[in-house]
Amino acid sequence: MPPLFPERASTIAARVDALYFFLLAIAIFFGLLIAGLIVYYAVKFHRRSPSAVGARIHGGMVLEVTWTVVPLLITMVIFVWGASVYFAMAHPPDETLNIYVVGKQWMWKFQHLDGQREINELHVPVGRAVKLITTSEDVIHDFFVPAFRVKADVLPGRYVTIWFQPTRPGRYHLFCAEYCGTRHSGMIGEVVVMEPNEYETWLSGGAAEGSLASAGAKLFQDLACNTCHRPDAQGRGPMLEGLFGKTVTLQSGETVTVDEAYVRESILTPSAKITAGFQPIMPTFQGLVTEEQLLALIEYVKSLQAQPQVTAK
Amino acid sequence: MSTVLLPPRHYLNDGYGVRSWLLTRDHKRIALLYLAGVTFFFFIGGAMAVLIRLELATPPGDLVTDETYNKLFTMHGVMMVFFFLIPVIPSVLGNFLVPIMIGAKDLAFPKINLLSWYIYVVGGLFTLYALISGGLDTGWTFYTPFSTVASTTNVIPAALGIFITGFSSILTGLNFIVTIHRMRAPGMTWFRMPLFLWSTYATSLINVLGTPVIAITILLVAAERVFHFGFFNPAVGGDPVLFQHLFWFYSHPAVYIMVLPAMGVVSELVAAGCRKPVFGYSFVAFASLAIAVLGFLVWGHHMFVAGESVYSALIFSILSFLVAIPSAVKVFNWTATMYQGAVSWETPMLYAYGFIGLFTIGGLTGLFLAAIGVDVHVTDTYFIIAHFHYIMVGGTIMGYLGGLHYWWPKMSGRLYNEGLAKLSAGIIFIGFNLTFFPQFVVGYLGMPRRYHAYPPEFQVLNVLSSAGASILGVGYLIPMVYLMWSLRYGRLAGSNPWGAVGLEWTTSSPPPTENFTETPRVTWDAYEYPASVETDVA
Amino acid sequence: MLPEAAHHHPAGLAHQFDNLEQQKEAATLGMWAFLTTEILFFGGLFMVYTVYRSSYPDAFAAASHELVVWAGTVNTAVLITSSLTMALAVHAAQLGQRRLLIVFLLLTMALGCVFLGIKAFEYYTEFVERHIPGLNYDFEPKYFRNAQLFFSLYFLMTGLHALHMIIGLGIMAFMLWWSVRGVITAEYYIPIEISGLYWHFVDIVWIFLFPLLYLIGRHAH
Repeated sequence: MPPLFPERASTIAARVDALYFFLLAIAIFFGLLIAGLIVYYAVKFHRRSPSAVGARIHGGMVLEVTWTVVPLLITMVIFVWGASVYFAMAHPPDETLNIYVVGKQWMWKFQHLDGQREINELHVPVGRAVKLITTSEDVIHDFFVPAFRVKADVLPGRYVTIWFQPTRPGRYHLFCAEYCGTRHSGMIGEVVVMEPNEYETWLSGGAAEGSLASAGAKLFQDLACNTCHRPDAQGRGPMLEGLFGKTVTLQSGETVTVDEAYVRESILTPSAKITAGFQPIMPTFQGLVTEEQLLALIEYVKSLQAQPQVTAK
Repeated sequence: MSTVLLPPRHYLNDGYGVRSWLLTRDHKRIALLYLAGVTFFFFIGGAMAVLIRLELATPPGDLVTDETYNKLFTMHGVMMVFFFLIPVIPSVLGNFLVPIMIGAKDLAFPKINLLSWYIYVVGGLFTLYALISGGLDTGWTFYTPFSTVASTTNVIPAALGIFITGFSSILTGLNFIVTIHRMRAPGMTWFRMPLFLWSTYATSLINVLGTPVIAITILLVAAERVFHFGFFNPAVGGDPVLFQHLFWFYSHPAVYIMVLPAMGVVSELVAAGCRKPVFGYSFVAFASLAIAVLGFLVWGHHMFVAGESVYSALIFSILSFLVAIPSAVKVFNWTATMYQGAVSWETPMLYAYGFIGLFTIGGLTGLFLAAIGVDVHVTDTYFIIAHFHYIMVGGTIMGYLGGLHYWWPKMSGRLYNEGLAKLSAGIIFIGFNLTFFPQFVVGYLGMPRRYHAYPPEFQVLNVLSSAGASILGVGYLIPMVYLMWSLRYGRLAGSNPWGAVGLEWTTSSPPPTENFTETPRVTWDAYEYPASVETDVA
Repeated sequence: MLPEAAHHHPAGLAHQFDNLEQQKEAATLGMWAFLTTEILFFGGLFMVYTVYRSSYPDAFAAASHELVVWAGTVNTAVLITSSLTMALAVHAAQLGQRRLLIVFLLLTMALGCVFLGIKAFEYYTEFVERHIPGLNYDFEPKYFRNAQLFFSLYFLMTGLHALHMIIGLGIMAFMLWWSVRGVITAEYYIPIEISGLYWHFVDIVWIFLFPLLYLIGRHAH
């Protein structure tokens, strides 16, 4: 017997399914009601003679109001329920395991903070909230894991975050759900959910190049970013230590929160949002860094924030 | 019963030459020109559906290459949406019926009406050229940046074809709006109009207001491809999601362009099939307008997973629930109309039953998609495919076939074989459900749409679907045979074979070129049946 | 409608209408419906423009600054004047003054041609200054990427507007022919009136395009 219902392997899956069953019940009730009435009336009021005519009934206000208001109330219940599930999907908890995802025609590339890289296979531990920060190198893709009931478009030029908390170890389908060209249906993979200790073993297994942040640090040197962005606040560019997550004032007087998108924009289009007190002298790195390198740089900027805490220990 | 004869002069024997058809300004002849056009595209699009279902009968991509498969579903979508579903009911049934139902001699602008058909043909030729010269693989949705920078297929001729055909929809809609406003016969007030006209009017509003937006959007895509302009390309700071906003601003209302006319047809079928007034006439009429207006406010529900902000998602979600209400009101009113009716089991009424049932399932599954929490899981899967085929095939095509069978005697003057017609209606109903119901299940399981190959555990449901498609295909071919046959050998219909009321049944079958021998004066409401009716079938 | 209407058939009355009044109402409503379509057609472009301008205000202002603003200003004046001559043409048609009608139609067409000539000169200037995306585009590095959005929109919007002008000139040429042949009379002047509606609409589109494309952020520079 083939499966008729998908596996349930994330915390949100049960909530999605509960609403789904409620909707199913409503659909079955109204579907049977309409079908039943049609069949019943078709038989009971079947035209007996060729000249027969129906009763002259033009309508009824009570009925009209009833079948306007009742569906309206039911749909509002569904709306609130659906919105609350969606809110949970849209807001990851504070403590998450972050993983970077780059989609390209036609593969998924994953970068763990500890430095592991994977293609079309993503290892995560069971029971921890995982946050994916995704982007695309080319066209729009979509990260879809049916067993987790999560899905989000992976957009070029933007960072979209997705989060889930796996509840059962196992291997689950990963699909690209936004049509992306010739081998769209080949852009598939697996999410491997592991017990925490197995995950630790796996994590310590293959990291050859050091952490993602250290790869970013090396890149930061190689691209000579460090000549202007200096840790002593004496450089020609803003000091990056402790910057991530802060709010900065721009030349235009507006303020902006330093998040992944802002760091990305500042590397690719430096002149777009200049921090107050600095000159627009930074060259663009459009075309010089890949999406994956950008993510390494972002992770490096993030890690600069964490440094004082590390030394405090 | 009186003896039935063909009228001596009618629109079909008013000239026989090629010129009398290709240069005609008679709305009835233009309706038949459209009938030829949409039928042609329906069978081309249908042939592609057959190949798609054959490929999906087995999990690996083994029948055609992935490239070919992508072109198949793209061309299936383009042909069916832009060249069949959108024009079919307004251009065939609407063209034939709008002037007759209001007691006019023709549409307000007969030359523009003929021009619309030629525009449709030219747009169709561009699209056919795109198909023959190698096809197109962007999906009918043309999502950027794939369509503008990545795809190497014939995007431009197809885009031009859609752009051009859009003007055909606009001109047809414009013609209907002006005709309904200005050409009604004496006494034909707005609230005496058949409900088909209300829904045609609402559809025309969407055509006039929405189609230009898809036209400009497609033009932007073409300009980005041809001139390497930047509109949606992230490389110059463009936003590919902005394309989706523009696209769905038209293409969601386009769903109502497809289904509203079918709703209008079903109102006529139910009234005539029960020989009584449609329950809650004004509610059904205003529901059409409500759908047209609300339909413009819900496009964002196609983008719940496309980086939309949480709050705009909430707004689009609640508006999407609101647009479900007028559709539900219509379904309840049609059902209530059957109560104490003289309910017929003839072919048009069978299609009306089919429409109401399938549209109900389509509408109810729409609630799943408006509920964001569930939509995230089912969007871009086969659940969506099933849902919109229930609306467009179960709804629009059922309504169209019902209408075609209902008005065929008026259009041709002859009756088709009722037994074969009932048989094919049944085959279509069964084939349809077998094709698309399993797709709800496989969609919730997580099978993404537009997949050339899929994991083996989805196979059983896909085989059911493919089996259903072959039944459905047979069901669609049978009417081709008996309708053609009836043109020559069918019994003469007489002016009113159904014993229905409505101006179209007061004139001869087929009607004369200017529809009525003298301008009718309307003194009665729509669907006002006498105490008993007489049908004048031979 | 009335039995005598069938016998007395005024010139210009199409068979599907009962009388000229109904035909005029239908034609006018039809043109208004068509212009609604046109508003939505350009509306899509205005929306794209609004979105990107709010995303990249500085790049848009800088790119806008590169346009030939005096040419745009002169063209605005030219078009407003052509709307006046068009209105006078309609008035002349209503009064049945054939010679005046012909003169005003010719003036309107001449002004339309002047507009297109100046537009062509502007396009040439943009070409020389390498502002055409996808052809020879170059711009100051600071706004190199995002200014392309502005110029792409500039060329598409003004290009589509110019296409509407060309169609308008074609319609006017047709009207001129009808006027010369005497088809247009004080009784049957509807074609001039609805052609005038179209012409005014095309002018109004320019009235929106001019400030959006030429004048934005000018105070800042």
